[in-house]
Amino acid sequence: MGVRVYDLAHARTGDKGNTSNISVIAYEEKDWEFLRRELTEARVLHAFRHIAQGPVRRYEIRNLKAFNFVIENALGGGVTISLAQDIHGKSLSNVMLAIELPDGDPGRSG
Amino acid sequence: MNSTAAQANRRELNIVAQRTFAGGGRTLRIGAGAGTSDDRMLPALELAERGALDYLVFECLAERTIARENLDRVKDPEKGYSPSLHERLRLVLPACMQRGVRIVTNMGAANPLGGARAARREARELGLGDVPVAVVLGDDVSSVVRHQPELTLMETGEPLESILPKLQSANAYLGADVVAEAIGTGAPIVLTGRVADPSLFLAPMLHEFGWSYADWDRLAQGTAAGHLLECTASVTGGCFGWPGKKEVPDLARNGYPFADVTADGAITIGKTPGSGGRLDVMTCTEQLIYEMHDPTAYITPDCVLDITGIGLVQEAADRVRLTGARAGPRTPTYKVTVGYRDGYIGEGEVSYGGIDAVARAKWAAEIVKERLRLQGFTYEDFRVDLIGMSSLHGDVDNRPEPYEVRLRMAGRTPSRKAAHAIGFEVRAMHMHGPGGAGGACEPRVRDVLAVKSVLLPRQLVNAQILVEGR
Repeated sequence: MGVRVYDLAHARTGDKGNTSNISVIAYEEKDWEFLRRELTEARVLHAFRHIAQGPVRRYEIRNLKAFNFVIENALGGGVTISLAQDIHGKSLSNVMLAIELPDGDPGRSG
Repeated sequence: MNSTAAQANRRELNIVAQRTFAGGGRTLRIGAGAGTSDDRMLPALELAERGALDYLVFECLAERTIARENLDRVKDPEKGYSPSLHERLRLVLPACMQRGVRIVTNMGAANPLGGARAARREARELGLGDVPVAVVLGDDVSSVVRHQPELTLMETGEPLESILPKLQSANAYLGADVVAEAIGTGAPIVLTGRVADPSLFLAPMLHEFGWSYADWDRLAQGTAAGHLLECTASVTGGCFGWPGKKEVPDLARNGYPFADVTADGAITIGKTPGSGGRLDVMTCTEQLIYEMHDPTAYITPDCVLDITGIGLVQEAADRVRLTGARAGPRTPTYKVTVGYRDGYIGEGEVSYGGIDAVARAKWAAEIVKERLRLQGFTYEDFRVDLIGMSSLHGDVDNRPEPYEVRLRMAGRTPSRKAAHAIGFEVRAMHMHGPGGAGGACEPRVRDVLAVKSVLLPRQLVNAQILVEGR
């Protein structure tokens, strides 16, 4: 039985040029380590494979129970030339929240 | 201008008495009145009236807007300031002047002097008399970069030379120092062009508390506070709520935020008393990481901010205390956004519903592409979206087909005719495509104003202050 990022964290997308950044912020302190282990750069790039070329870089912000994912080549060339409807990629945090993670950690749920 | 004694007196009254915060231990309160050129207006008035503010900051520029406003100025030399300036000032100026709330804003955009004249006209028409406006100049570095073709475009690594023939604008992100200097003139309104968003908020702190550029901890706290405020409602429950998961009470009446700042750099974020929305550690954390890359190195013209040591604590209802921001020295360069013309984007939309809606939409897309090809039109980039299915998050397998779908086709091209042809051919699906097409839009074409960035050595930028009306 998997768990979605949505179940454990909230998220918001920002943009600069052709790069999207998506925060992932754990609701509970105890879930941060699980997210750190399972929500890898590779897993995120896979979830965004239809949208972004990458690379994906993950930054840890332990103090805020958070991560910052920086996804390059994600916005159709950037806000001024993109042909997309959502030129800023504001809706992309929802792709992140839908990622399913293997829930093999009995210590996490509790 | 006449200089009768009466007018001189009134001018005197309209120069704000310089309060001193540094020695008295008083708290400085800085409000956010706009976070983009299209931001909602009424919450700014509510904050001005009920927020007990010292300053109200309007941030009204985005990466692309200043390039657009440069084009406005080309068409009319008096224009080129933020188009929302008139309406915003008309709304808040009476309340701000009455309460001694000073306004700091980048609504000068591509023409701060023209903006200042417009602001002064608004003040006169409101019966507020002769209101001086301090103007920050020097962010427009288009004549400087034209002589620096070897500068590197940050996004592509190519030389600036490659886009110089198409250059429309070049604006440096100025810092808080020059804005603080403009505040120091005593003018009730400070109008700038391009200034980094957090710097607009840091400037009143620099001015009131006399912080120096060696004072890293305070610059860090002030910059972090500015970053929290720069998107207004994003920290008070906007862009946040989710039914059943992240509730936001009374979101329809959401209020705008302010920062309470003391001379030693203590920061608490609050919002308009009695307003709707939500301000807590969760909303602040989302905004803190927004538009950030490396969280240990958020580069502004004032410092290099590190947010990884920041703590956020709910101090009271709708009040969050921010501690632990760190920073290193500012970089030797200014980031410059260069805007250039890059052809046209054309688009069209038409809808299909019911049985085989998706199959008919896909067939229509193929027909339009074929007709564009037969007419010899080519595109640098082309995109087909099925709105309702795959327009936001791309095309993945196994997504269920919706009952109805809206076909959208868009392309970028140097030819206006080729751009227009997309919407023209999509609209023609009414009569020349698969059965049952409805609701096509008019063909849409827009000029593309692309932007890229370069780093310009600080010594090549000459920022200046001018006061209109003194």
